[in-house]
Amino acid sequence: MRTFKRPESLYDNSTHYCPGCGHGIAHRLVAQVIDELGIREKVIGVAPVGCAVVAYDYWNFDCSEAAHGRALAVATAIKRVHPENIVFTYQGDGDLAAIGTNETIHAANRGENLTVIFINNAVYGMTGGQMAPTTLLHQKTSTSLEGRNAALHGYPLKISEMLALLPGVCYIERVAFDSPQGILKAQQAVKLAFENQINNLGFSLVEILSPCPTYWGLNPKAALDWIQEVMKKEFPLGRLK
Amino acid sequence: MIERIIIAGSGGQGVMLLGKVLAQGAMLEGKQVTWFPAYGPEVRGGTSHCMVTISDTEIGSPYIAKADVLIILNNPSLEKFKSRLKNKGLLIFDSSLGLIKPSKLMEIIQFPFTEIALKLGNIKVANMVALGSYLSARQVIKPAHILEVFQFLAPAGNLKILEINRAALEEGERL
Amino acid sequence: MGKIKILISGNEAIAQGAIQAGCNFYAGYPITPQNELIAYMAKNLTQAKGVFIQAESELAAISMVYGASAAGARAMTSSSSPGISLKQEGISYLAGAKLPAVIVNIMRGGPGLGNIAPAQSDYFQATRGGGHGDYQTLVLAPGSVQEAYDLTQTSFDLADKYRLPVMILGDGILGQMMEPVTLSARKIKVLPLKSWALTGCRGRKPNIVKSFFLREGDLEKFNLELQKNYALIRRQEERYEALYLKDAKIILVAYGSMARIAKSALMQLRGLGKKIGLIRPISLWPFPQKPFQLKNKKIKFLVVEMSYGQMLDDVRLAVCGRQKVEFLGRSGGGVLNEEEIIKKVRELVSS
Repeated sequence: MRTFKRPESLYDNSTHYCPGCGHGIAHRLVAQVIDELGIREKVIGVAPVGCAVVAYDYWNFDCSEAAHGRALAVATAIKRVHPENIVFTYQGDGDLAAIGTNETIHAANRGENLTVIFINNAVYGMTGGQMAPTTLLHQKTSTSLEGRNAALHGYPLKISEMLALLPGVCYIERVAFDSPQGILKAQQAVKLAFENQINNLGFSLVEILSPCPTYWGLNPKAALDWIQEVMKKEFPLGRLK
Repeated sequence: MIERIIIAGSGGQGVMLLGKVLAQGAMLEGKQVTWFPAYGPEVRGGTSHCMVTISDTEIGSPYIAKADVLIILNNPSLEKFKSRLKNKGLLIFDSSLGLIKPSKLMEIIQFPFTEIALKLGNIKVANMVALGSYLSARQVIKPAHILEVFQFLAPAGNLKILEINRAALEEGERL
Repeated sequence: MGKIKILISGNEAIAQGAIQAGCNFYAGYPITPQNELIAYMAKNLTQAKGVFIQAESELAAISMVYGASAAGARAMTSSSSPGISLKQEGISYLAGAKLPAVIVNIMRGGPGLGNIAPAQSDYFQATRGGGHGDYQTLVLAPGSVQEAYDLTQTSFDLADKYRLPVMILGDGILGQMMEPVTLSARKIKVLPLKSWALTGCRGRKPNIVKSFFLREGDLEKFNLELQKNYALIRRQEERYEALYLKDAKIILVAYGSMARIAKSALMQLRGLGKKIGLIRPISLWPFPQKPFQLKNKKIKFLVVEMSYGQMLDDVRLAVCGRQKVEFLGRSGGGVLNEEEIIKKVRELVSS
């Protein structure tokens, strides 16, 4: 009989995240996959600067902080020093696709044998709901008061599609936390991204469309609907590479 | 004893190597020595130069404002550096493209180093002919030490390169 | 193995010294005048089975050093002035996470893109932390290629001992100049055990490398811990060379390449019977206090720099008003020569 219990890789702590936030789910998925693969004692996680900055307070394995955007530079070095360890980054859209775009592209292009969990919630959460590179057109944020305007702010950045063009990249998939089925699918993608590293296949990234009810100004249920009805149109799900 | 030498020519004439061989020879001689290059964009195309200071005592600046010796392998370098030679200093000049007039301000040794190198069979060793000429003019470094440097620098087993450099050096010494 | 003497540039000597000290990770980005260092590492660190990465930027390079150090490696990066400005982000994080690392700055003229000529105008940046926050890096300034080789080895030991970033501060002259260096036969020691390093948590509790302290009071507590470490370093790690202080009426103060030129001026003046001395700080942080504790109020100090007066502040603080402190400096590619120093000394003697 299977029982639903807390993974060993996850501490028995309550998180600091807002009600309806996707980070708690993503943390759990990562922990569960690490348990399933039996790699907890080999894993080294790199936490971002963003809402998940203290992810190491929830994960029961070795972790490093990185400066904002530099997680993939830090992870590159850790993996090169310890190729036998399993190294992953956990990054938000501001971290990975704005301030860290350079580090992201070059780690991918070097084909670093790393796993990247990319949380796309279309907004800067930690600093108070400012416009992110992935903010949708017409989406209102505290720095795009009238909604994102292409003429002023450019378009939502599809970094996963960009990365899929690089020969160094092994695997990219976009999933969404919009339903229980979506979460199960995300879990499979996260597992594959770790398995690729174990099998030395190279750079793997899972982009997760994840709810931020607080800065979307929606209740948790409405936030899931917004992912399904709006966000997925701009960021279509599926395997990109 | 302190001797400050500026070596200059066009890129590709091997002035940096000349300086390094001389500096390593000085090291084997037991002298204090510094080698200082011109670096950055100016080393690509145009003139190239390096500065070698050889001394019995600790050397301060490796940068040479006034040189005791100039070893000059082309005309633009002569224009650039002739004012940097101290009064009665020694100018060693490659006269393959024409002789320069004697001057009361300096001692001049000029030979067609490039032509001599061509006759030896490799234009690239003109720098070592010039070095040989310097060695016999100043007697600061023993030629045996320079030959030792050649041994060290030559790619393993490439006796041909070693031989032609040795021949060039000896030819220079005889001038 | 007997002692081997080779002719080598300052940049190459630093790289070779690092490899000798057991450096097993280097990340860098090209910039003149330190390119020989990165090239030497690309060839020789790889041969020594270390990790070499040409990073996409200085920001990435210093964060790679952060990651490698967190993983327990002896890690190094190098650059020149504009690149070191970019690295300040990572240096602050290294200090905040108590990670050892060696950072080499082969200084060039500034501000901005400046030029590629030698300069000493990053002294403030190097000795005052450089990035954000209450932290220090230990700063060593070699005056010769041999010393660059030796001090690089020392800097790895100091970085590990005190768990902080150590900076080697040189300039274009030191980096580019070749001099004979006696290679030490020092065997690479068994490196110190780093129980805090990230290696996977087999058989132990997880290790966390971080500089983030959100809970009230935690950061202050951590900062006081850093301050205690800095106080210890101040007591233990002053390094300097002092010449002819006993009878000196004028004492030159200079570091790095500038100290060589000051020393030749000094020797010429001594040859003429002038009572001149020299203090050459080797550790710029901690700045050596001891040699400046002189009772004779008639002594004058002459600070000589390739800047418009940066180390000057530290000399004034060390002298603390007891004696007069004068200054002579050029920058932006201008390098003082012996004659200029001698002229200034003569002015001071007659004034």
